Amino acid sequence: MSRPLIDLNHVSFGYGGAPVLKDIDLTVNAAQFTGIVGPSGSGKTSLLKVLLGTVTPHHGQVVRREGIAVSYVPQLETVNWDFPVTVSECVLMSRASRRLMPWATREEKSDVAAVLDRLGISDLADRHIRALSGGQQQRMFIARALVRKPELLLMDEPTSGVDVGTRHEVLHLLDDLNREGLAIVLTTHDLNGMASHLPHLVALQQRIIASGPPRDVIVPNVLEQVFGARLEVLQHLGMPVVVDAHSLGVA
Amino acid sequence: MDQFLHRFHYAFFVHGMEAAIMAGALCGLVGVFITLRGMSYIGHGLSHSIFGGFAAATAAGINVVLGAGVWGLFSALAITSVTRRSRIGADAAIGVITTASFALGVAILKVHGASGPSFDAALFGSILGVSTGDLLLLLVALLLSITLFTVLYRRFLFATFDPEVADVSGVDVKKMDALLMAILSLAILSTLTIIGVTLVAATLVIPAVVARMLTNSFSRMLWISTILGALCGGVGMYLSYDINIPSGTTIVLVNASVFVAVLAVTGGRALRRTAGMDDHHAEPYVSVPA
Repeated sequence: MSRPLIDLNHVSFGYGGAPVLKDIDLTVNAAQFTGIVGPSGSGKTSLLKVLLGTVTPHHGQVVRREGIAVSYVPQLETVNWDFPVTVSECVLMSRASRRLMPWATREEKSDVAAVLDRLGISDLADRHIRALSGGQQQRMFIARALVRKPELLLMDEPTSGVDVGTRHEVLHLLDDLNREGLAIVLTTHDLNGMASHLPHLVALQQRIIASGPPRDVIVPNVLEQVFGARLEVLQHLGMPVVVDAHSLGVA
Repeated sequence: MDQFLHRFHYAFFVHGMEAAIMAGALCGLVGVFITLRGMSYIGHGLSHSIFGGFAAATAAGINVVLGAGVWGLFSALAITSVTRRSRIGADAAIGVITTASFALGVAILKVHGASGPSFDAALFGSILGVSTGDLLLLLVALLLSITLFTVLYRRFLFATFDPEVADVSGVDVKKMDALLMAILSLAILSTLTIIGVTLVAATLVIPAVVARMLTNSFSRMLWISTILGALCGGVGMYLSYDINIPSGTTIVLVNASVFVAVLAVTGGRALRRTAGMDDHHAEPYVSVPA
């Protein structure tokens, strides 16, 4: 088996004196597809930042495979959609350039065209980013990440604030990319719409409460520890479906 | 026609026009990055702060460019320090430090009796007394800015649009921020006597905002803002001679007239594109100014 892409050993991290992550052990392997689930404040984004290497843990060890290429897709809500860039300009900006001239080379243009084509948005190349639908915006950011040819893609709440159709669109796209060998780690608080469809989950509440396939993680006692509320889990077509116990009159 | 051309026989007018065109182009170019990063208020504050350095250097009899540059550097560092060590927000820190610096500058010049043309020119700009040294400084600032923005175009664009992702994609965002602050300080310093500290922020902001109203492309925005800034600088300086009003005032009024005209033609739809240009960053981009 090849070496892990990233290995976290007993990692703890916090802002100021307040701990956010405690004693995290997590291994990200090639072609793995993992969802980190938890409510706001559970440390999901901080864990992504540790994986990205933009913050340094207070304790523990982060081992990255040498030369690993990691790309990051932020939340759609954090982006200034009025910024004056077109789709192709946005995708191109992540290609590192050591040339003295600002315009793209033929090779760079070809790479951008290929990745836009792969994601089915080549006809939108000259469109302003504001003029895209939610699904198209997410595809554009994934294209910007892919043009760097990463082995690992990190995504922060990729389906936050999008409609059901867009969520399905993004899920299918990520599944296709993962089947092609791309490792993906994403955060989500959407248990039914997102987490239950992923092959591997990590339930986080500062510590890792559980990890494994959805059937082992999306269970009432884990959810209670993570979300601090009693939640019932039903089975539908072999997939767990989470319902608020109050709505069933169980609590 | 003769009346139009006659004034070009005067060296001071030609120097003034050259300086105004270069100052307008420089502010138009730098202003694109400043406005898109929501740094307009920092530009405004830094220009007022640099006035303190201008006054202190004048009173002490040392090189004004050097004195004002060093003063600007310390002001920027002070803003960062106050913001990080206390609960005061960046906007408040800029307001306190830069206006205090400006007030100190006024006090120094008044105490030392250094009023008159240089005082007014520093505040509102002047067509008179543009020296060869001023022109050279402007030329160097303009060429340096064009070179840096060309060579580092993609990195500046990425760090401006999405600093978080740029940072993890190999762009040294802190270095880009520091470089932009250095360019901004140099732009303010070199345009001090043409446009004046009280009005320079407008020449940084208006051409960029108008350019944003006219295009959705970043590269085109750079061209439009630079050319528009240069044109407004030239026209403003020309009018300054005609109607005997400080050049900074006329340059800003020409800029403002263009803004109103473009707004009237394009309507509110174009103005909505400028949403997001007024977001002040919680942390000022002034950590390591040159």
